[in-house]
Amino acid sequence: MNDLPSADQAFLAVSRLDKRYGTQEEGILALKEVSIEIGNAEFVSLLGPSGCGKSTLLRCIAGLERPSAGMIELERRVVIGPPDNMGIVFQRDVLLDWLTVIRNVLLPARIRRLPLEELRPKAERLLHLIGLGGFEDRFPWELSGGMRQRVAICRALLLDPSLLLMDEPFGALDAMTRDELNIELQRLWLADAKTVLFVTHSIAEAVFLSDRVAVMSRSPGRIVEVITVDLPRPRELAVRETAEFARYVSQIRRIFESFGMLRGSHARA
Amino acid sequence: MPAPESAASSSSRALQVALVVVGFFVLWQLGVMLGRPPDYLLPAPNAIFAELMTAPLYYFRNAMQTIGATLLGFTLALVVGCLAAVGIVYSRVLENTLYTLLVALNSVPKVALAPLFIIWMGTGLSSKIAISFLIALFAIVVDSVLGLRSVDPDAVDLFRSLKGGRLQTLLLLRAPNALPHLFSGMKVAMSLALVGAIAGEFVASQAGLGYVILAAQGAFQTTRVFAAIVLLGVLGTILFYIVDLAERLVCPWHVSHRARHRGES
Repeated sequence: MNDLPSADQAFLAVSRLDKRYGTQEEGILALKEVSIEIGNAEFVSLLGPSGCGKSTLLRCIAGLERPSAGMIELERRVVIGPPDNMGIVFQRDVLLDWLTVIRNVLLPARIRRLPLEELRPKAERLLHLIGLGGFEDRFPWELSGGMRQRVAICRALLLDPSLLLMDEPFGALDAMTRDELNIELQRLWLADAKTVLFVTHSIAEAVFLSDRVAVMSRSPGRIVEVITVDLPRPRELAVRETAEFARYVSQIRRIFESFGMLRGSHARA
Repeated sequence: MPAPESAASSSSRALQVALVVVGFFVLWQLGVMLGRPPDYLLPAPNAIFAELMTAPLYYFRNAMQTIGATLLGFTLALVVGCLAAVGIVYSRVLENTLYTLLVALNSVPKVALAPLFIIWMGTGLSSKIAISFLIALFAIVVDSVLGLRSVDPDAVDLFRSLKGGRLQTLLLLRAPNALPHLFSGMKVAMSLALVGAIAGEFVASQAGLGYVILAAQGAFQTTRVFAAIVLLGVLGTILFYIVDLAERLVCPWHVSHRARHRGES
């Protein structure tokens, strides 16, 4: 981690974080001494196989789980509960079936007791931006999986968070929809740069989207290496066929192999 | 679009039910005309209909009595049941006491308690409401508790991440999420409330369709017994469909889900 924007200005700093489930003797160590610093408006992926604790790390940062040891600081304030300036997208869209698309997007405002009418134009703009203009009054069950996840992204962005946490947000989508949403997410991020922490188990997705990729290993879950991806933006899907892109992918794959996580051609690219 | 499909399939289903019911009465009529059993054993459907027409006001008045007891008992069960469910879901103490007690008492056939309520509350309407309430309560509580609990853990995390308090999580997430469960409980509870009202009327009463049946039975007026039973069948169906209609209005998302699942399977 020698490429930090500036160590004392880290937007998000995770230091020596442990997360243990169960007792000291018999419990399992989900995360061991995880440290990473993330700069403002940086796009960082947490990449690793299932069980490496990447979602646990994200949930600790979200303030949804208490770390067993170590500390998380967001804008120099220690995270002890869900921070105010954070949006979160889960693998499942968790849209509320009984609310229309626009009211789902406005849900954070309702929970926070903010004036809905003032935020409505913002919600409409977000939906429009992500290609769902005209769908405001539809219900979630009328939408496809990809459209539903777009609504979930708008919901996470409604209150203009400075930190966006995404927990395998496209994991349940088919490959083509996933590509489409990767492009869409990059476009949103370029238009309005937020700090994004993106959990995935797809090497290609991590390389395509990220400024830096934190490669994680399991038992115990830890960050084994952080790779800086120096591909120009905006990146198009075709960038994935370039030699440079392939170099990043194989570099990461070799890391996984050296930790015994990828054998043969199991790599999911 | 799921909506028109579900409307079409439900109306064709209603037609099917109507045809089967009409067919049943036609066979009954033919059977009686051919077999000629004595009237006091099995009257023909046309005789039952004629009986209803001879004293429409009498049947109307008694039906209203039974409907009143049923609806009041049901409404009381709905209000008390929902409040109890919220208490049980949010309080460990209530879960361990009230819920445990309800589950234990549910194995007692509640109809057996009807005579007690007559002793306590007399032979009037209030004892019928009480029996109706008691018998309907369990279905409401069990299904509401289930509904309030069966929320997506990710949705709970979403609310937590936005610092939603208990009350907001209840009002914006758990309660609407529980509605489909509540409605399936309400359908059962409505049928049971009618059973409760009739059971109370059987034990002791001066009015109601249960009273009509009992009085007619004593005088071997079998046609009159059947007339009251047919009315009860119609009433039960109407009450059920009132709940069904309310469900369509209150949670259309769920009804359309269900229609689609049925279409897929």
